[in-house]
Order: sequence, then C-alpha cells, then structure tokens
Amino acid sequence: MRIELVKRPEYSALFSALSPFIALGLTLIAGAIMFTALGKDPAEALYFYFVDPLREVWSLHELAVKAAPLILIAVGLSVCYLSNNWNIGAEGQFTIGAITGSMLPVLFPDFQNWAVLPLMIIMGMAGGAAYAAVPAYLKTRFNTNEILTSLMLVYVAQLFLDWLVRGPWRNPQGMNFPETRNFHEYAILPEVWSSSGRAHWGIVFALVAAVALWFMLSRTLAGFEVKVLGQSPRAGRFAGFSASRMVFFAFLLSGALAGLAGISEVSGAIGQLRPTISPGYGFAAIIVAFLGRLNPLGIVAAGLVLALSYLGGEAAQISIGVSDKVVRAFQGILLFFVLGCDTLIHYRIRFVGSPARQQEAAQNV
Amino acid sequence: MFEDILITIATAATPLLIAAIGELVVERSGVLNLGVEGMMVMGAVTGFGVALTTGSPWLGVFAAIVVGALFSLLFGFLTLTLVTNQVATGLALTLLGLGLSGMLGESFVGQPGIKMTALHIPGLTDLPFVGRLLFGQDPLFYVSILLTFGVAWFLFRTRPGLTLRSIGDNHNSAHALGINVIGIRYLAVMFGGACAGLAGAYLSLVYTPQWIENMTAGRGWIALALVVFASWRPWRVLAGAYLFGAVTIGQLHAQALGIGVPSQLLSSLPYLATVLVLVLISRNRRLTMINTPASLGRPFVPDR
Amino acid sequence: MKRKILRAAVAAAALSFGTMAADAATKACFIYVGPIGDFGWSYQHHQGLEQMKAALGDQVETAYLESVPEGADAERAIERFARSGCNIVFTTSFGYMDPTNKVAGKFPDVKFEHATGYKRDHPNVSTYNSRFYEGRYVQGVIAAKLSKAGVAGYIASFPIPEVVMGINAFVLGAQSVNPDFKVKVVWANTWFDPGKEADAAKALIDQGVDNITQPTDSTAAMQVATERGIKAFGQASDMIKFGPETQLTSIVDNWGPYYTEQVKEVIDGTWKQSDIWGGMKEGHVVMAPYTNMPDDVKKLAEETEAKIKSGEFKPFTGPIAKQDGSEWLKEGETADDATLLGMNFYVKGVDDKLPQ
Repeated sequence: MRIELVKRPEYSALFSALSPFIALGLTLIAGAIMFTALGKDPAEALYFYFVDPLREVWSLHELAVKAAPLILIAVGLSVCYLSNNWNIGAEGQFTIGAITGSMLPVLFPDFQNWAVLPLMIIMGMAGGAAYAAVPAYLKTRFNTNEILTSLMLVYVAQLFLDWLVRGPWRNPQGMNFPETRNFHEYAILPEVWSSSGRAHWGIVFALVAAVALWFMLSRTLAGFEVKVLGQSPRAGRFAGFSASRMVFFAFLLSGALAGLAGISEVSGAIGQLRPTISPGYGFAAIIVAFLGRLNPLGIVAAGLVLALSYLGGEAAQISIGVSDKVVRAFQGILLFFVLGCDTLIHYRIRFVGSPARQQEAAQNV
Repeated sequence: MFEDILITIATAATPLLIAAIGELVVERSGVLNLGVEGMMVMGAVTGFGVALTTGSPWLGVFAAIVVGALFSLLFGFLTLTLVTNQVATGLALTLLGLGLSGMLGESFVGQPGIKMTALHIPGLTDLPFVGRLLFGQDPLFYVSILLTFGVAWFLFRTRPGLTLRSIGDNHNSAHALGINVIGIRYLAVMFGGACAGLAGAYLSLVYTPQWIENMTAGRGWIALALVVFASWRPWRVLAGAYLFGAVTIGQLHAQALGIGVPSQLLSSLPYLATVLVLVLISRNRRLTMINTPASLGRPFVPDR
Repeated sequence: MKRKILRAAVAAAALSFGTMAADAATKACFIYVGPIGDFGWSYQHHQGLEQMKAALGDQVETAYLESVPEGADAERAIERFARSGCNIVFTTSFGYMDPTNKVAGKFPDVKFEHATGYKRDHPNVSTYNSRFYEGRYVQGVIAAKLSKAGVAGYIASFPIPEVVMGINAFVLGAQSVNPDFKVKVVWANTWFDPGKEADAAKALIDQGVDNITQPTDSTAAMQVATERGIKAFGQASDMIKFGPETQLTSIVDNWGPYYTEQVKEVIDGTWKQSDIWGGMKEGHVVMAPYTNMPDDVKKLAEETEAKIKSGEFKPFTGPIAKQDGSEWLKEGETADDATLLGMNFYVKGVDDKLPQ
C-alpha cells in the first residue's frame, strides 16, 4: 500500500479550519501514548500541558510575554519567505537590535526624559534592519547565499554582545559581573495592565505589526509584488518589479521587526543587557512563521500555541515531574502533526494498493 | 608538535565533514533538511549507548548509522510524501532529536565511554613527522576521506549520480523522463541521516568519548553552512571543514600564546572567515549558478 | 476525549486542593540553568537536592525545573514556583539574580536562596556561594610540585570574577612552591561544549603545558590529558572514572549539606536572611582523593588543605602583586570578600590579558 496525494482543484476552506484541530487530536493521542509509556497519567499530563497555563491571569500575561517576540519576528520573516528570501538569522538581528536600542540607557544613563523610550525603539529597529542589510547586500551585490551569511552573523552578534557586557558596557556598580546597569525608569517599556501581571507593550507591537502586515500582504500592491517575486522571479521581472529591491525590502523589514522584538524584550521583560537575552526566539520564530502558514494572522495563533507549549511544559515538569527532555520531544511531535495535517488543505490523501492504482490509471486513460 | 596540531585540526574537521557530505547529497537531490543537528545528536547518544552496553565501538557506529537513517525517514515521510515545508520540518526534527536524545541518554550521563582505537600499522605509523598523521588516526577519519571521494565519484562520474543531480535541478522534467523522483529523494534523505548519525557517533566515540546532553553544540548547523559554502561540491566541503577546523584550533593557539585580543573576537573568526570566503567564491555568478540545485527546498507532487 | 479532559481537569483541581489542604511537607524547589545531565554545575546542584531529600525524608517535598534560560523566562519560572506552594526556592545561577529579587518582593512569605549573587533586596532573599578558590590554591601547589615545564594550562569558561578568582588562587598556590611558575589561559567561551574543551586542551598541550585545570564542566579535557599522557584536575564532581591514571584531584561542588541545613531551618521556622560563602571548613568544597602523585606531593597537598580548612591560612594573603607588578596586598594582609566577589584583575604570573 502506498500513500498518494491528489491536488484539490481549489484549496479546502473546510480543512484549512479543521486541520489544526485534527493535528491537536493526533497530538493528544500520541502524547497520551508517550505519557502512559513513561508511567504518568496521560489525562493529567495533557491537562497540565494545555489547560493549566490558561487558568490564571498571571499565566496569561506570561503567555503574552513569551509570544510577543515570537510573533513580531515571525511576521517579518513571513514577508521574507513569501518573497523567497531565506533569512534565518533573525536571532542575530534580534541581538543587534537589543544592543543598539540599549545604547541610550547604558551609555548615557543621565539622559532621562520621555524621549528616551521612543528613541530606543527607533534605534533598535534601525540596528536590526542594518544588520539584516548585510546579507541582503551580499546577496544582491555578490550573489552570496543568504541562508549561510545570515546564520553566520547570528554567532558573530552573540559574541559581540558577550564582549560588550563583559567589557566596555559592564555595570560599574555591578561587582564586575557580566551585565549592564539596570535601565532607568524612562527606558523601561511599560506594562500594559500592570495591576494583574507583567505583559508589556511588546505584545501590542506584535499584534499591530501582524495586522499591518496582513493588510499589506493581502490588500496592497506591495503585498502582491512580494508574492509574485516569491513565486516566479521571471514573472515579477515582466511585471516591472525589481528583485533586488525586494531583497532589501524583505530583509530590512524583517530585520527591523526582529530588532524591535529585541529592544522590547530587553527594555520590557529583562531591564538590562546580559550575555544571553534570548532562548532562541529567532529560530523558534521560523517554526512559528510556517506553523502560521506565512499568514500574519495565522502567525499570531501559532505564536500563542508555541508559547503555550513552553508554559505547559513547565507546568507539567513541576506538577507531575515530566522531565524537560520529554517536554521538548513532545513539542517536536506537536509540530510534526500540525505540519502534516496542513497538507490536507491543498491535497486529498489516498491510500492505494497496487491493483487499485492500475485501475485508476485505466480510468484516467 | 606540528603534527599534533594537524591531527587536532583533522579531529575537529572530521565530524563536520561527514555530516556535511551527507547533507550535500540530500541537497543535490533538491531537498533541504535543516534537521542535521537533531539527527547528529541522535547518532551520538545511540553510538555511545550501544558501544557502552556491548563493549564494541564498531557496533555503536553501526547502530548510530541505522538510527540516523531511520530518524531521517520521519523527515522524509513528512516532506516527501506529505509535502510539508522542508525548512519548518527540519527545524522540528532538530527539536525532537534534542529532546529524545536527552530522554534516551539519561542513564549514560557521567559514565566514561569507549574510545575507538586509532590505527596502528607497524613501521608506517612510526614514521617521523607524517607517520601518525597519515597512518595513525582513528578509523573514521579514513572513512570520512573515502566518503568524500565516493560521493564525488558517485555524483559526477556515475549515471545514478547524474540522475540524482537532475532531480535536484528540475524535478518536473526528471519526473517527465520517468524517474522516480520521490523514491530517489527518500534514499538521499536516508543517506544524509546515516551520515549525520555517523558524525554524531564520531563525537561520542572518538572526539570526546562521553555522553552529555546537547553535546553536538551547534555542529550540525556548521555542517549545513559548509554545504552552501562549498557550493555543493564534495571536495570543497572537505576544504571548508578543514579551514573551519584550522581557524577554530588556530584561535585557541593564539589565545594560549597570550596575544591579548578579546577571545570573543577570536571565537567569531571562523564564522567571519566562512562569510568572507563565501563572498569571494560567489562573486563568480556563473559558477554558482551551475552548482546550485535549482529545485532546492521546493515541494514536489507528481501530477498524473 | 473532551469528557476525559474535563474529568482530568476536575481531578487535577481536586489534586491541587488536596496538596494545599494537607500541607504537612515543606516544599523545596530548584531552578537549574543547564540540563541535569550536564555532569557539571547543574548536575551537582541536583545531587545536592537528592542528598537533602534523603536526609529530610518525608518532611520535604521537592520540585525542579532544568534548562531555564537566564532572561525573561527565569522570572516566570521563579514566579511559578512561588505560586505553586513552594516554601523555599533555590535559584542556582548568577543570571537569576534580578528575577529572584523581583519575585521575592511579590511573595514575602516564600524564602528565596540565590547562588553566586550579591543582591538581597528583600528580607526573604539569601545568597550563597562556595569558596572554590580554596581548592584551586591546593591544585596550584600540586601543579607546581609536579610540573617539569613550570607552566600549567587553564581552560577557562567566561571572564567573570568567580573564574578570575580561581585562576589567581591557582597561580598563588603554584608560586608558593615555584615563584617563577606561569599559567597559560584559554577562554572557551562556553560552559559545556565537550568538543571545544578537548580542542582547547590539545592546543595547550601542544604549547608545552604539562598539566591542565579547568572551571568548565565537561570531562573532555581529562580524557585528552589521558591520551597525551599528562596529568589533569577534575571539576565539579570526582572525575576519576574518566582518568584513573590522570586525575590528581578534583574540586567537588558539595551543595547537599547547605541545602539540608536551609530547608531544615524553614521546616523549624528558624530561617533567616543570610549571605553564606562556605568553603572547605563548612564542607561545601571537597577535594577528591589525591591520586597519581608521589607521597611527598600528596603530603604537602594534604597539609595545605588542612591549613585552609582550619582557617590558619587564607589563599589570598599578602604580599601579592598584581599582573603589572603593582602592589595589591601588603605583607600579612588578607583580601576581603567584597574584593574577591568582584575580582577583575590578574596577579603576577598569569600569561594572559584580561578583557576590560
């Protein structure tokens, strides 16, 4: 028996809506098997994984804190990937954005007024965009593969941050520990609703960016240009679109959003620069972008789901002693099912044995 | 001392070379598998565990190859049969591999492993200056060189190799010619998985005979970068892996000499060097165009 | 399926009620920066948890989170523990300092213990650390006694005061035997990448060092030293299994006694804010058996250890000159803890430049 895909004449709206639920169902079954094999009560484990984090207000805030950078970076990346630009160095752009955005509170701590925060945000976006411009420039000028250059620059950015916080930017009052001074109050991104939890304006930026990019991609000429150049550069050229302008547009946009995510994380959630400021948001966002089917609104949902799986994993670790590795393996399984089920949107799946295939072939003739 | 340094470089380069050669075949067939890190770490834990329980490093290597290939089938099923997005699926495979290997390896932590013994040919190995370099390294070092040679020969000197490359360049016309695109891609993906598994076993049986969670420490990503760096040519992968190894080891020597340059700058040298060399290579637009598999990462569904 | 989940929800709610109501056991919770499988820093903290659990039995209930990234995630993890009924929370990495203090302000009834930091912003926050440098000094003595080349290799992780302090103590110990002793330092810029540590060890050996010590966690350097036939020191745990003919001794992080003591105090209601910096005397730093060395060296090492243990001798006692030759400590003067905690300079004899 073999599995065959048959392309649907049109994409299926039904399965587009249904596939996440099928995936969830399959994940629950696979998870139940896995947890049973590990000697845990599967229902309890899954409850802690998916429901417990949503029960309390503080936890919802934490969900927003975790999802904000993922969504911000992923919506930017969606423009890259739709236009066939393979930026996988968002982690580096995030880091550089955090660094350039932090220049004011770290180097000029006495400059304290309401203008600081807007300037930080602008500088963070500029920094991220500038760093993303490097692979874009190399791609358009020298035809250098952007997957490689953007990835290599991630390591360089992380080591640069490491050097800064251990050397020139180290907090003079910090006992020589590797961190900058704490940001002053004008440099802290405020909390959205501070009486109930610590979600900061980063989540608002993320939602605004998602809606704006959704509008751009689906309703404007620029969005059309992105998709045309992504699907067929030749067709794009005939339509008068410039491929190298698009490379810069996609990289600068995604770099700026990654930079915004970086400075929001540092000024909203951490409050200073440290050697590690991201647990791999730039890479996780790639998964989020595809889970959201490169659609900014889908990405919002995908970002929340991935964030939930982190929080749920913690809850499961504490409550029933599932180890961190199980949590990560489970995340991988979840992603596999979601990706696999999305196939149903564009294809019907047919299980064929060899005789049936011959029959069908005969019919087709 | 000079010989020792060269051997150190070879040890650092070998796992990168093995994993990258496997991925090169995968990418030449038009498939981009970003899950190298995950397959490699699965190979590392399998190789270590099997060698520890059976006492035979060779059984460990064999098991790592099998597990690497089986693990890559998961990726193959999703991307080839279900045509999911290759980038996302590869990343998910890495996530799963890191988690699963941690689960499997829990009882191996803190146990000294079994090291594969180095080659020793009486007479030859004892030659001054080059004896140990040429005739006294671990067996997998020679495997890696043979592998490079074999893949180069296969891709550019044999008919099946030509078929594989033609699929990578244009899967639609290959399909029209009656080539079983998906079947061959499955084989390529499994070859890549087997190589990644072997590279992982190299880490846990030769490089540092022990098991630690996440012990691949990003080497799978470097291997991926090397493939692009080498513009999909096997011998350039070898050159790239050794260059990367040499810069890595060189910066440690520079530090030990006490030259007083920030170590973070030195640590970032291998990455900067990779970018620089890549820019120099890719300036020749025509050459890159010839070598890049045009269907890389694109989904393929046979139409009937 | 849905009904099953609902049932689980009810069960779980009942369960969490149950633990709240029958609150007999004290709950102690731990946050680790690495995986407990790193066989180093986080592994040893987890061993401490196990020891504490064994010592206190039914009186205590434990939970832990591993691989919690320093940054925004740490605050969430700590707050989760505070909310889930933990009575005392141990945060075991320097990077958890600000999050620990932030959460402590919100949960005055929960006790917090932060390792290797210096901020105690609230009365329910204590800090603790170990004087690993005492062990380094002993290692330095042994290295200088055994070394023919008069130079040791030091694989360092990151330039933070803790590590710099260790390098200095090692050099001072070595110079007490051989005043011209030198140390070569290589920064690996990682806490655990066994491959890179092996490479660093090989580079150092190729440059002529004949013994190796490291504050990085893995056993890779020990294995390389074995292959190349030189001696090495272990780190964090007793690594004798990885180098039966190589390991001279090892500095073992022994957190168990401290954890047992602090949790006991919570159970008894006698816990008070403190800043504990325990060394050999308190049993926080334990030297693995002295092996693979002649008896006279072993004897000297044991004597040095005994002197440090009794408090008769402190490793950082003048006269000590800084790297550039300027005076740091006068004859007989000892360094205070604040200076050590923020140590940012080398003493004379280190063949490296510290990033400023």
